[in-house]
Amino acid sequence: MVLADELAKAQRSISVAEFFEKNKHLLGFDSPTRGIITTVKEAVDNALDACEEAEVLPDIYVGIKRISGDVFRIIVEDNGPGIVPAQIPYVFGKLLYGSRFHQIKQSRGQQGIGISAAVLYAQLTTGTPTLVISRTSAATPACQVMLQIKIETNEPDIISTQEIEWDRAHGTRVQIEFKSSLAAKKRLLEYLRYTAVVNPHARLRVDLDDETETFERVSSEIIVCPKAIQPHPHGIEIGQLQRMLASSDGQVELFLVSGFSRVGKKTALEMCQIAGISPEKSAKKLTPDEQRQLIAAMQQVNVPAPPASLCLSPIGEDLIIRGLRKEFPMDFVRARTRPSSVFSGHPFMVEAALGYGGKLPPEGNAQILRFANRVPLMYQQGACAITGCITEINWKSYSVSQQGLPVGPLLILVHVASTNVPFTSESKDAVASIPEIEKEVTLALQDLGRDLKQFLSRRDRNRLAEDRARAVCAIIPEIAEKVAEIVELPIPDISPIEGRIMRKMVVKKRLSGDTVTIELNNYTDFNGTVSVYETSPDSAHDAEPKADFVTSLDTEFTKVWQVPLAPGASWKVTWKGRGGGNLDIRGIDEGKCVVVDLNV
Amino acid sequence: MSKSDLNKRAIESLQTIAQKWYDQMKSGVIPSINLPTRTKHNIEFDDESEVWKYGEKESTRSAGSAKSAMHILKMAWVIWFLKKQIGENRSSTLRELYYISEGWKKAKFGAQDESNFLIEDLEILTDMQREAFHLRPEEDGATIFGAIELKEVTRRGERTIHCRDDVGEAGYQIPTNVDTIDFLSHDARFVIAIETGGMYARLIENGFDEEYKAILVHLKGQPARSTRRVLNRINDQFKLPVVVFTDGDPWSYRIYASVAYGAIKSAHMSEILATPQARFIGVQPSDIRDYNLPSDHLNERDIAALHSELSDPRFATDYWKEQINLQLKMGMKSEQQAFAARGLDFVTKEYLPKRLSDMGIL
Repeated sequence: MVLADELAKAQRSISVAEFFEKNKHLLGFDSPTRGIITTVKEAVDNALDACEEAEVLPDIYVGIKRISGDVFRIIVEDNGPGIVPAQIPYVFGKLLYGSRFHQIKQSRGQQGIGISAAVLYAQLTTGTPTLVISRTSAATPACQVMLQIKIETNEPDIISTQEIEWDRAHGTRVQIEFKSSLAAKKRLLEYLRYTAVVNPHARLRVDLDDETETFERVSSEIIVCPKAIQPHPHGIEIGQLQRMLASSDGQVELFLVSGFSRVGKKTALEMCQIAGISPEKSAKKLTPDEQRQLIAAMQQVNVPAPPASLCLSPIGEDLIIRGLRKEFPMDFVRARTRPSSVFSGHPFMVEAALGYGGKLPPEGNAQILRFANRVPLMYQQGACAITGCITEINWKSYSVSQQGLPVGPLLILVHVASTNVPFTSESKDAVASIPEIEKEVTLALQDLGRDLKQFLSRRDRNRLAEDRARAVCAIIPEIAEKVAEIVELPIPDISPIEGRIMRKMVVKKRLSGDTVTIELNNYTDFNGTVSVYETSPDSAHDAEPKADFVTSLDTEFTKVWQVPLAPGASWKVTWKGRGGGNLDIRGIDEGKCVVVDLNV
Repeated sequence: MSKSDLNKRAIESLQTIAQKWYDQMKSGVIPSINLPTRTKHNIEFDDESEVWKYGEKESTRSAGSAKSAMHILKMAWVIWFLKKQIGENRSSTLRELYYISEGWKKAKFGAQDESNFLIEDLEILTDMQREAFHLRPEEDGATIFGAIELKEVTRRGERTIHCRDDVGEAGYQIPTNVDTIDFLSHDARFVIAIETGGMYARLIENGFDEEYKAILVHLKGQPARSTRRVLNRINDQFKLPVVVFTDGDPWSYRIYASVAYGAIKSAHMSEILATPQARFIGVQPSDIRDYNLPSDHLNERDIAALHSELSDPRFATDYWKEQINLQLKMGMKSEQQAFAARGLDFVTKEYLPKRLSDMGIL
């Protein structure tokens, strides 16, 4: 027997399941800590996609419970359209099975690997079968299936299936048990928080080993599910073209017009002409040489960009801002949605947001939130093209310090939406460097940077003005008092200084003893009526003059005075109380008015 | 000037500052003060008195910003307090002043540095010493050992003290207010001011003062104002040469500079605090090389300090440039007690006599 025969005995085909059993890292299951995040991520992605397709507001429950030692039970439940009983085993028990792989539109999951990989991982670490409950409508009972994957053949192995009672009218619940650890608990919560930011229409309830948290929705607008489109002639490769040709049954011209987006009769004829193929020829019968000529011709002809508005679903500037504000209190937030663009025939769109100040950590690197098709990217920040763009930008020109990454109380959000987000690997952690995408990310961030710079310089100017106001209105009067005592003369009147320096309407609030005083001095040429709003626990029923109206909420009273003020005029109100609270002046340009609390 | 005249003058000059602010406010001007800039870039050599004083550069503090307004408010409170204290003939220490300010609401001091700095501002503005405002420094004066006789006005009357025969092994303690002592007579050829207590004790134990007719003054690191004032007065009154003996590192050169030329912080009083005739005896960087003294490597801060001294006008002489550059080249520093490596008597029997005769003092 020759050696080749010997070797042939060992040569056999490998099932996908077997392949992934040996290459867990490709799917994000390289460590037990990471496995838990990947599983939740895949299940939540699927749930959000399903709800979007069914056009319902997602209501998703995530439960993680320690069963014993290092075995955890992960439950993800949604109110999506459900899965028909016959399909359940395939969706969860067969790798590379899914509805979205062949469609060209923006979606979170694509290949149908994610959740079945989690089933496989459970099977490998604990041997516990996965439990799935799904119900498609109130009219049908729920179906409960226990299943595993037959590793050698990549086919589902159904252990039991039965009809049960379930409280949800429609939806899906998956329960997976595997060995893991909650070491990455913080990261998991971060993932869910980020998910909530870019899915402002979803409510996420989390039960993390007895710690519960709810991420409420900020928008009740159902997002329009992106529509699948035909492939674009510039984004196609020979293999795909061959498959499409083989399954077509018409002439080449018709094949081009009906099989591709943005190809009309004129474009199709032009392609045929360049390729030297008769438009009437049967598409199925093109020779391999003609196929190559056709694909070359398709690249040469100028075709408009694919219809991005149909197949992409950007979050929108307003919803990004609302989503961010809900989870991160900040002083400044702006968002940009760039116009759609194309790389290699795939439409894509970049959205970005910048946040500054508030409760963001004042030191250290900026916080970066990366998203692809509304899915947070949690790992490999350094390898991601988005991070690359952020480092390339000169943040110093936007008044932000920088050490590679920008530094300070800064939050950067970048969302890349595409029918085909180019990732660096199948674990989908980092966006690959595509010049077209990088350009859009950079433009969006630079645009936002300019807004931020404006905000920062205005804030600094305000600070300077406030500092001056404090000096003039709060400290100089005390200097006057003390100096008068030293030289033994009456206290000088310092209102001329106040007026000269401020050239503003100066509003002073003071508590001395039990008397609260609010004083307005108009050093501007403003001639009109301002409203003085004061909110504090003081009812100020004895106020002199009386408030024009008073409203109360819980223990707080809001008093409003309408004050007509001519240039150079002043006005004063006093009452007995404890002071504190808020003071707000309306009816005059904010820049022309300065409010000083003398007790601070 | 009698004590009551001095008090009157102090009150008047404080009052002048307040009156200026009062007049400013009365005429609708934001109160302000002008002070010389207190950095090494604004000290100049005064040919007449041969000491370094503040130059022409002035900075204006105007109450138009919160920070400067607070400074002026605090100063107003301090003036008010000092006026009261002088009037009641009481006194307090700098530290007490800091604690007294606790009751001053907004004008309370954040740290003692702040109140000390403010008092120095007042000294500059009034051209008077803080002692005139009845403020005593916290720092105690250093000690003297040697053949010098003085008279001190103490609370229990006048005492005449010989600083070798009437004192213990540690010497005579200089009071914080040097104006209470009068120097009567001496039997010495020079004064040697020593940085460390170890070396001061070594010279006493070895009988250096008697053998070479020296007055020993312990500087205790960076010398207090009273110590510098004592050196200035002995030098001035008896025309005795003064030499300064410190460690061989950049920080010690600054000790010498403050004795000889005055400190940047108190340049407004250099005339009465500095001793321009004082000379540096060692440890010189060249001694480290010539005597092969045990040494340490210069650290980053030492090197930065040496470079800073090269740009300090007080060190702008050929001698210091040569020594500092030599030290930077060697990258080494030594303590004065490193001479012990060659025996306990080496410093008094060989090193100091040789240096003193090189300098033309012995």
